[in-house]
Amino acid sequence: MTTPGQQPERTGSRSLDPHLRRYAARAGGMTASEVRALFAVASRPEVVSLAGGMPNLAALPLESLSEQVGRIIAEEGLTALQYGSAHGVPLLREQICEVMALEGISGHPDDLVVTVGSQMALDLVTRIFCDPGDIVLAEGPSYVGALGTFASYQAEVRHVVMDADGLVPEALRAALDAAKQAGRRVKFLYTIPNFNNPAGVTMAVARRAEVLDICAAHDVLVVEDNPYGLLGFDGQVYPALRSMDRDNVIYLGSFSKTFASGLRVGWALAPHAVREKLVLAAESAALCAPTLNQMVVSRYLATHDWKGQIKSFQTMYRERRDALISGLEQHMPAGCSWTNPDGGFFVWMTVPEGVDTKAMQPRAVTARVAYVPGTGFYADGFGSRQMRLSFCYPPPERISEGVRRLAGVLAQEIDLLNTFGPTTSRSLTGPQTPSPDTA
Amino acid sequence: MSDRWVAVLAGGLSHERDVSLRSGRRVSAALRSAGVVVEEWDADASLLPRLRESRPDAVVIALHGGEGENGSIQTVLELLGIPYVGADVNACRRGWDKPSAKAELARAGLLTPDWVVLPHSTFRELGAQPVLDAMVERLGLPMMLKPHQGGSALGAQVVREAGELPTAMVGCLAYSDAVLAEKYVDGVEVAVTVIDGPDGPTALPAVEIAPESGVYDYTARYTAGLTTFHTPARLGAETAAAVADLAVSAHRLLGLRDVSRTDAVVDADGAVHFLEVNLSPGLTETSLVPMAIEAAGLSFGEIYAGLVERAVARAR
Repeated sequence: MTTPGQQPERTGSRSLDPHLRRYAARAGGMTASEVRALFAVASRPEVVSLAGGMPNLAALPLESLSEQVGRIIAEEGLTALQYGSAHGVPLLREQICEVMALEGISGHPDDLVVTVGSQMALDLVTRIFCDPGDIVLAEGPSYVGALGTFASYQAEVRHVVMDADGLVPEALRAALDAAKQAGRRVKFLYTIPNFNNPAGVTMAVARRAEVLDICAAHDVLVVEDNPYGLLGFDGQVYPALRSMDRDNVIYLGSFSKTFASGLRVGWALAPHAVREKLVLAAESAALCAPTLNQMVVSRYLATHDWKGQIKSFQTMYRERRDALISGLEQHMPAGCSWTNPDGGFFVWMTVPEGVDTKAMQPRAVTARVAYVPGTGFYADGFGSRQMRLSFCYPPPERISEGVRRLAGVLAQEIDLLNTFGPTTSRSLTGPQTPSPDTA
Repeated sequence: MSDRWVAVLAGGLSHERDVSLRSGRRVSAALRSAGVVVEEWDADASLLPRLRESRPDAVVIALHGGEGENGSIQTVLELLGIPYVGADVNACRRGWDKPSAKAELARAGLLTPDWVVLPHSTFRELGAQPVLDAMVERLGLPMMLKPHQGGSALGAQVVREAGELPTAMVGCLAYSDAVLAEKYVDGVEVAVTVIDGPDGPTALPAVEIAPESGVYDYTARYTAGLTTFHTPARLGAETAAAVADLAVSAHRLLGLRDVSRTDAVVDADGAVHFLEVNLSPGLTETSLVPMAIEAAGLSFGEIYAGLVERAVARAR
């Protein structure tokens, strides 16, 4: 007999996850983290978030888009709401080739696979190329979402240093030679050559051919991730690596930064033989990218002045970059340095020696400003003196206020270091999985 | 079926916002299952107008850290005359500050690990190393460092070697202005939930915490499966009674109300040491209070619905 409110007692030894012993080894790093928890505060409007990589969509022609979406449903609803081919909507693939032509790429629509954002394209490429233990080379620092993907396939990431002109060819050659001497297999070089996330630097055009030559000589594929390529602040466009080598480069593209990230439409352009496998992999991963979303992108490209829209994005992001750089110049203490990007979303800042940006993060949240600690962009624990500052989302006046707050936080941290001496970084155990706050 | 409606406050801007949102969702669902009408509100600029306009029968505070536990939200609710579940303003102030709570219990003769609390300014003005050396001399190693206020083990670290101290201090001071340094007591870590009822405060079965990594840090707390919980704790009858007595004593001495959770450690000799008390304990899927309620054969939703009734009755 139980009284109201009484339940059978749940006593004994309990692990709150009964599936714990069933998980694959690759799920081992999927744990709660303080860093991610702090981003819950960063998403509040009281906080100036220089952390998020979310594009600012305020300039999109929403009314007109709404009308076009309505027309798609009304006129082609039975197609738009149906499964599609894993390859992607044919018309969109043709249009994507026109977009890529802006960066000198002459791709064939048949060699292109439409994916759920370029994140899925990266996942598919890693899936078909990497066995556990294979090496992937990536710039140091590199996109946190890519590091998460490589970790999930148990690939080992080795970073290649960058300077103001991007990936350093000598360092690339040395990394490849070292792997070869150790008898290790490097599957591909992953690079974001334009307005790198998170570093903000661009691979010099003069280096591009050399990087391709080095990879070809070592029989290593190049995966070129180029979400920001059309967001040069002066309208400048750099030749894509894929435009220089069609046989050894897989190109990943996206409409997330130039149109609408929520539609999740990206693509991979691959050498013909690889494309066959990508289509099969895409089919097993998602059957197909959402047909409706592909048709919305296609209609947008067909009916809107999308090049004009990109120009307005360029202007908007340039103003925000200017606000960030000007704030840094005005407020940051001695010993800080930063990149000055001519496109994209991000500035990479190095803070004075001894400051650990991850350890400092709670103080920043208290001061209502957020950034992403640098360690998240390395697979090997480096980056404790760096942080990524994004200027894409907040308006310029909020960016200025955020930098002012950040300078105060840094001053307090330096005061602590003066008291206690330099700290040793408590490095992350591995790449954090991507979230909209860090992507 | 209750005809009560309550506002559950969750979120806020403390470092524990994420945990608070999860606590809010869990307790809201539990209250709904007990027939209570619930709205979940964030603690932001919209809160006061909402409270004034809607005037819920009572508020359940699922905010962790800062405003939710230091008496601030409680003060606002008292200003508006809205009943709430949990400790009153004065008790919040005493219990929220870990050194104050430890001092109060030590004065009453209860065991708590030896401790010192120091602000950053002391280290800056006197020089860090001599002060750190004095701390090590007094407390020994390993030593526990915690922010003097706050929860979820954020910023807390076990320091095993003197060389780790400066880095641990910097990490800890990122969360608060002062550090609570405690002698580390090795033993069985337990958490005891105390619930007020018609016969006064009652301790629920202690939950024994056995983290896989050996340290019950943020990751071990909020990743299901990384910690094994034993309910009730694997303690002899005498020790189990001592643990329960400690928790009820802490609840009474600090003037707490409705619900509290006391964290303690049982050393190799069976002595029970008070670590800290939680005024707004975590209520998430991996939290200890819901676990203790279930272990006692009670319903989480009905317990909280009962606490809402107590809060409403207090206001009459």
